[in-house]
Amino acid sequence: MTEKHEIIPVWFFVGVLFLVYGVLIFVSGLAEWSHPPDTVLANLHAPVWWGGLMVALGILYCGKFRPRGHKA
Amino acid sequence: MTAILGMLVTDRLVKLAPVDLAIVIFYFALVLVIGFYLKRFATTGEDFFMAGREMTAWVAGLAFVSANLGSLELLGWAGSAYQYGILAAHWYWIGAIPAMLFLGLVMMPFYYISKTHSVPGYLQLRYGTAASGLSAVTFAIMTILMSGVNMYAMAVVMKVVLGWDLNFSIFVSSVTVAIYVAAGGLFSAIFNEVLQFFLIWFGALLIPILGLIETGGWKGMVARIQHNFPGQDFTHMWSNMGHVQDNPMGMHWAGIVFGLAMVQSMGYWTTDFLVVQRVLSAKDIRSAKLAPVLGSFFKMAVPLIVILPGLLGLALLPMHLVPDAPNLPPGAHSYNEVLPLMLARYCGPGLLGLGITALVAGFMAGMAGNVSAFATVWTYDLYRPFIRKDAPDKHYVSMGRWCTLIGVFISIGTAYVVMSFASIMDYVQALFGFFIAPLFGTVLLGMMWKRVTKEGGFWGLLAGTTSSITLFLLMHGKLPLFGKSAEQWIGLLTFNPHAKGLAQDMFQSLWSCTTCVVVTVLVTMVTKPRPDSELKGLVYSLTEVAHEEKVGLLHRPVFWGGVALALLVVLQIIFW
Repeated sequence: MTEKHEIIPVWFFVGVLFLVYGVLIFVSGLAEWSHPPDTVLANLHAPVWWGGLMVALGILYCGKFRPRGHKA
Repeated sequence: MTAILGMLVTDRLVKLAPVDLAIVIFYFALVLVIGFYLKRFATTGEDFFMAGREMTAWVAGLAFVSANLGSLELLGWAGSAYQYGILAAHWYWIGAIPAMLFLGLVMMPFYYISKTHSVPGYLQLRYGTAASGLSAVTFAIMTILMSGVNMYAMAVVMKVVLGWDLNFSIFVSSVTVAIYVAAGGLFSAIFNEVLQFFLIWFGALLIPILGLIETGGWKGMVARIQHNFPGQDFTHMWSNMGHVQDNPMGMHWAGIVFGLAMVQSMGYWTTDFLVVQRVLSAKDIRSAKLAPVLGSFFKMAVPLIVILPGLLGLALLPMHLVPDAPNLPPGAHSYNEVLPLMLARYCGPGLLGLGITALVAGFMAGMAGNVSAFATVWTYDLYRPFIRKDAPDKHYVSMGRWCTLIGVFISIGTAYVVMSFASIMDYVQALFGFFIAPLFGTVLLGMMWKRVTKEGGFWGLLAGTTSSITLFLLMHGKLPLFGKSAEQWIGLLTFNPHAKGLAQDMFQSLWSCTTCVVVTVLVTMVTKPRPDSELKGLVYSLTEVAHEEKVGLLHRPVFWGGVALALLVVLQIIFW
């Protein structure tokens, strides 16, 4: 993302955020599968597919924009 | 940590699970890590205040939109959607897109070629110190007040959803912002704005998805709203604006077109340094032009996560929300609480933490945007010209860091001012009207007409700002001029004695900008113009705008600007 400075691309940090949050949400969704929380439409298990989507995006971003040596 | 938070809890909509707390805490840790990581790169004034002018169009464009997507946006406009219906989307579409495209395709070359560091910096080059100083002072006041608004919005979220103590919330978030912006300057602010952009989308998008599933789609939602609020039209954008009595805002279409689209939004998106600063960080002129154009597409999509949840609140919430007030009766909720209420409706552990973090991130990014812009304007447009002219670059970077810290702490005090207004957005619109609308007149005349003089620019800006404040006081009954009541003044100035807050603000902007333009022209006609040689790179007729390198159609800002405009027209027709 930069030319003058060799900064880790912001997209890598976005990927880290997605990955960590995706794992946390996905796992908590699985953990509550048999006892869904007292929310509307809890039967749709939104945390599982939403967390899964975030994990997939996180892996994609972290892989594509990971720091490589001295290049940004 | 949980024990400490538990002690602060008073009353709440939801209780955070450990996974939610982990999500919130990880966000705070990550932004601090990024801030300290970027500190090593923010060593010169160009780096600290302008992020080295090396951002790509995508990063600058996302930061450009994200700087405007704070908690204020999320809570305030979701609340406005509950209060006024889909009319609130005018502020995202006709009240934003044309102005963003105008900035990118018309005005950005002047800002970029002049190599100014700020909007007051452009005024300094075009009009001299007086107009620049006036603009810098008003901008500094506005940013600090805006920071206070953001704090209030965040404190509301924490109070309503989690029951956290207001002072605790403000302290933790504002100290975090102060640290990471003081460390990495605009680099930090932009990085975190990009992070926040994705967080907000992923934290809030589930509300409209699940809401539309619950209502059975758009038609089901409209049917429920009509059932809950019979006789009121909350779901049309233009067809109910022929008469002010026909829509919940009390607004005529002329106010939207002439007040919002042509003055207020133009003023905000093209001269509010908070957003313009992000584009100035672009690496070249094509990126600088493209960034607002790309941003316009994202802006067009934001109603999905802001306006739609407000409409879903009208359809689904069992209670009727009320205007904000310091002491709401037990069990009552204000318009501004609609988004947290909808979040609590659908989100259990994990997702709730994500939604809360998105709101906190929105607050923090909004505040970071304000303080980074404040630090730049204070250091470059007030401190350097008026207090210490020839200090080394390192000194100004140091001043910027200290100014960031001080700005955060000053703005904490302004958070409480917000509470005396019926709606957060009414308050902010009033601020925009005070300073932004006249500034747009001054900047645009300066760019487009070489005859405008220094004196014309200064006196026009001063007259516009003064008239704006005067009109505000008249319409709010604070200045009983000529024995007329506030309602009489509202009727006179907006052509409708029943016009509500946002409608009043539109006309306040329109009249103050008109005043600015008229006074600028009159003073210009009796004062001496600057020679052409001094205006090269600052005025349209005397500037050779560098042509973009020869690129294909799909890489040209003007092409994507055309696509954005076409999409805007389609949206207006769909929701007519």
